[in-house]
Amino acid sequence: MKRLRAWLIRLAGLVTGARQDRELADEIEANLQLHIDDNLRSGMLPEQARREAILKFGGVEPAKEACRDRRTVPLVENLLRDGRFAIRQLRKNPGFTCTAVLVLGLGLCASVAIFAFVDATLIKPLPYRDPAGLVGLFETVQFCPRCPLSYPDYLDWKRLNTVFSAADAFEASGFTLRTAAGAEMVGGTLVTAGFFKTLGVAPALGRDFRASEDAPAAPRTVLLSYAAWQKRYAGNAAVLGQTVTLNGDSNIIIGVLPRGFHFAAAGEPEFWTALHTSSNSCYPQRGCHSLHGLARLRDGVSVRTADANIKLIAGELEKQYSSNRGQGGSVISLTELEVGRIRPILIVLLCGAGLLLLIACVNVTSLVLVRAESRRREMAVRSALGGSRARLAGQFVTEGVVLVAASAAIGLVSARWLMRLLISLIGADQMAGMPFLYGLGLNFRVLAFAAAVSIGAAALFSITPAWRSLSPDLREGLAEGSRGSAGTTWRRFGANLVVLELAIAVVLLAGAGLLGKSFYRLLHVDMGMQPDHLATLRIAAPDSTHGNNAKVVALARDVMSRVASLPGVESVAVSTLLPVIGGNTMWIRVAGHPFHGEHNEVGYREVSSGYFTTLRTKLLRGRYFTEADDASRPPVVIIDRALAEKYFPGEDPIGKQMSYSGATSPRMQVVGIVEDIKEGALDEATWPTLYVAFNQDPDDHFALVVRTSKGEQALLPTLAATIHRIDPGISTFDQRTMTDRINNTTAAYLHRCSAWLVGGFAFLALLLGAAGLYGVIAYSVSRRTREIGVRMALGAQRGRVYRLILREAGWLIAAGIAIGLACSVAAATLLRGLLFGVRSADPEILAAVAGVLGVAALLASYIPARRAASVNPVDALRAE
Amino acid sequence: MSDKTDVWQGTLALMVLKTIETMGPLHGYGIARRIEQTSGNLLSLNYGTLYPALLKLEQEGSIASEWGVSENNRKAKFYKLTRSGRRQLAKEARDWQQATAILARFITPSGDAA
Repeated sequence: MKRLRAWLIRLAGLVTGARQDRELADEIEANLQLHIDDNLRSGMLPEQARREAILKFGGVEPAKEACRDRRTVPLVENLLRDGRFAIRQLRKNPGFTCTAVLVLGLGLCASVAIFAFVDATLIKPLPYRDPAGLVGLFETVQFCPRCPLSYPDYLDWKRLNTVFSAADAFEASGFTLRTAAGAEMVGGTLVTAGFFKTLGVAPALGRDFRASEDAPAAPRTVLLSYAAWQKRYAGNAAVLGQTVTLNGDSNIIIGVLPRGFHFAAAGEPEFWTALHTSSNSCYPQRGCHSLHGLARLRDGVSVRTADANIKLIAGELEKQYSSNRGQGGSVISLTELEVGRIRPILIVLLCGAGLLLLIACVNVTSLVLVRAESRRREMAVRSALGGSRARLAGQFVTEGVVLVAASAAIGLVSARWLMRLLISLIGADQMAGMPFLYGLGLNFRVLAFAAAVSIGAAALFSITPAWRSLSPDLREGLAEGSRGSAGTTWRRFGANLVVLELAIAVVLLAGAGLLGKSFYRLLHVDMGMQPDHLATLRIAAPDSTHGNNAKVVALARDVMSRVASLPGVESVAVSTLLPVIGGNTMWIRVAGHPFHGEHNEVGYREVSSGYFTTLRTKLLRGRYFTEADDASRPPVVIIDRALAEKYFPGEDPIGKQMSYSGATSPRMQVVGIVEDIKEGALDEATWPTLYVAFNQDPDDHFALVVRTSKGEQALLPTLAATIHRIDPGISTFDQRTMTDRINNTTAAYLHRCSAWLVGGFAFLALLLGAAGLYGVIAYSVSRRTREIGVRMALGAQRGRVYRLILREAGWLIAAGIAIGLACSVAAATLLRGLLFGVRSADPEILAAVAGVLGVAALLASYIPARRAASVNPVDALRAE
Repeated sequence: MSDKTDVWQGTLALMVLKTIETMGPLHGYGIARRIEQTSGNLLSLNYGTLYPALLKLEQEGSIASEWGVSENNRKAKFYKLTRSGRRQLAKEARDWQQATAILARFITPSGDAA
């Protein structure tokens, strides 16, 4: 207790030291005076009295020193003094300090921000109980490794498996929400009753679904997302028991999900309803696949074991039901499912940010080294005056720590800002697929990462200069003219550093180049249409007013004729699905071809007569649909080139008959062949696709495609207004231009993000590398001023001086580029999975990178070379 | 000074506390003088060594200090015993007496050792 009190007082003494010093001096002086008074009284002469008192005291300064050591904590006091000295030193040299702090701050900012994304995505556990035990269930067919389940298959898997403690199903969907203003399309998900129990998530308000609440006869119930509760009900707890009308059915609100809950596989639904098998004609059919499975593994069961078990069951079902032919099963961990797609990109970005940090560290290290070099004399003097090696090294450590602390402060603040910026750039659509990013922030893991990086950097910046300038020949620093020898050793070391910087810059530039080219290739992939000047939007007509085919056809015609008369509109069409988003498939058979029940799976969509002309898709043979192809005429279809090549090899499909594989399917006649349209993901091969005439097989959910000669973006609100004029009960949603749609596909989006970010890193790396090279050459020139002066005095021409300096730079640049190119070929293999249409060792990119870096580096070294060549020999010689 | 003894390690604090207890509030010079006098001038003390000891006792809360005016009208810092200082003094005095008593048994020959 007493000790603790003493320590606290000593710590406080760090602040009050100066005042207490004065007080002690006063006290000692007063006591000496008392002693002198006594001595005088005992008859001594004044001079003798004073002398005797001081002798008896035994040294004033040691006493003060002893008190000072006791009053504070000497180690801490030294540190503070070093710290103050370091700050003074750094302030005296603002050019060095600002550059070092900013460069390192930049490296820290990039790496911390990217790490925060990695943390939110890959490190932070998903907000479910024991997320590692959760898996997603899929059916697999030849071209589709993660396909939805059918409800009967789900029930069989649930019943027959030996590996799950619970299994549930969900379908991400949308609902037409009836509001006071009319109809609105909202995100919704249907789940089986045990879904949230399996996840281990309890509602924040109200209750979860009861076990029987997904039975066909059970009353309809709904859980709200936290966001929907806030937005639509202002967070009012009285919402429980109220009803909400979704798709025309009224649902009782029974609860609200917790705030941080997200489930990326379903997007960001506002309403979670119990899945009733009666609510969708698809559910009872074994051949209709619309559900995703979610299951929890029994204790001790691995994903692999579960996968084997499910594959076995799927095999049994395949034997039992003809609809299951060619269908397997697959179990994937939920974490993989949610973040598997962006994991490789994040890893690449983290590597990029790491390289940028490395280059920043190398850059600052060489700055610190140059500074240490110029302080050899100061160190030698301090050492000669009795500064211990440890004390001098301590000075470097303190300076390193101060430098890094300033950079870390800047880095963290700007990282926070950068994270916000990146999140704001992501956009609502993409965010819905990555809800875990809402957890992004400077949490303790991110701060620990920043601290670890900072400590490493501080160690680097204190050890290297201490090691360099406290070398055994420390005292040589005092000798006149010793700069030459120190310069050469430094040059050898500093030069290696700049080669490393240039090599890293090459790697980043090459990575950015590859990703950029890949992105370009992706956007310029043959779409089979002209995506510019197309406005699109989706329409959901309510069953109550547009419940039969004839009414839907009439509605579509009405919509098209009204839109066609809008100013600027060139042509208009409808389709059940839009390009680049993928969609429904069908099993087909070709009349006259041998058929044994195999699943010939093709994409299919219903399109109106003007669809292909609106998209400007080329007709290869036959004819387009006409308005006359309606329910009164025999069914006709148009096929794309891929379907023609796959299912009609070596024959002319026009006029041939085909049908769906079901027994009741009508025969349909092929009337045309069109060019392949990118109906699915940009980076995947085009699926064979079948187009059916909309008028012969309409759907009350359809999409509108409009080609305009004016700005397509401006047309979107007019389109929605035009449709609402027909019937305010029709909901319109997802309005955007085709270009926007293409740019926002997941493939394009991920490509764009990685290309831009790595490009940004590469640009910064190029700047830092060039700056580093400039620093090295400029320093070398300043060291060699005298040598250059001598050379010029002896008759060297300016051209020779240029060559002298540029040759030195040339070697460094060549070495940096050569090493960098070799490393980038190796590093590009890491990128291979992300690239589209580009080889990992693309010679064009590598040549361009070498060119860009070479030019930048030569420019950076030209400036000091020019300075060297303009040296006045007389001044240079006199300066020594 | 060869005929005088230096202050033993660790005993200075006890002497300081005891001196202040006996004399009441006292300045550093007075304490030093008093210690020498009490020892019958057998102890030799560099007055300067007293100040770190005083500082330590003050930090530990055994004594408290205050500026005042000395008998011959000079400003000086006076030290006085605190309550916890009194307790510490009692304890240390007891410990010391015990230690010397034990040592005395070793050094003085006596009958009961047999």
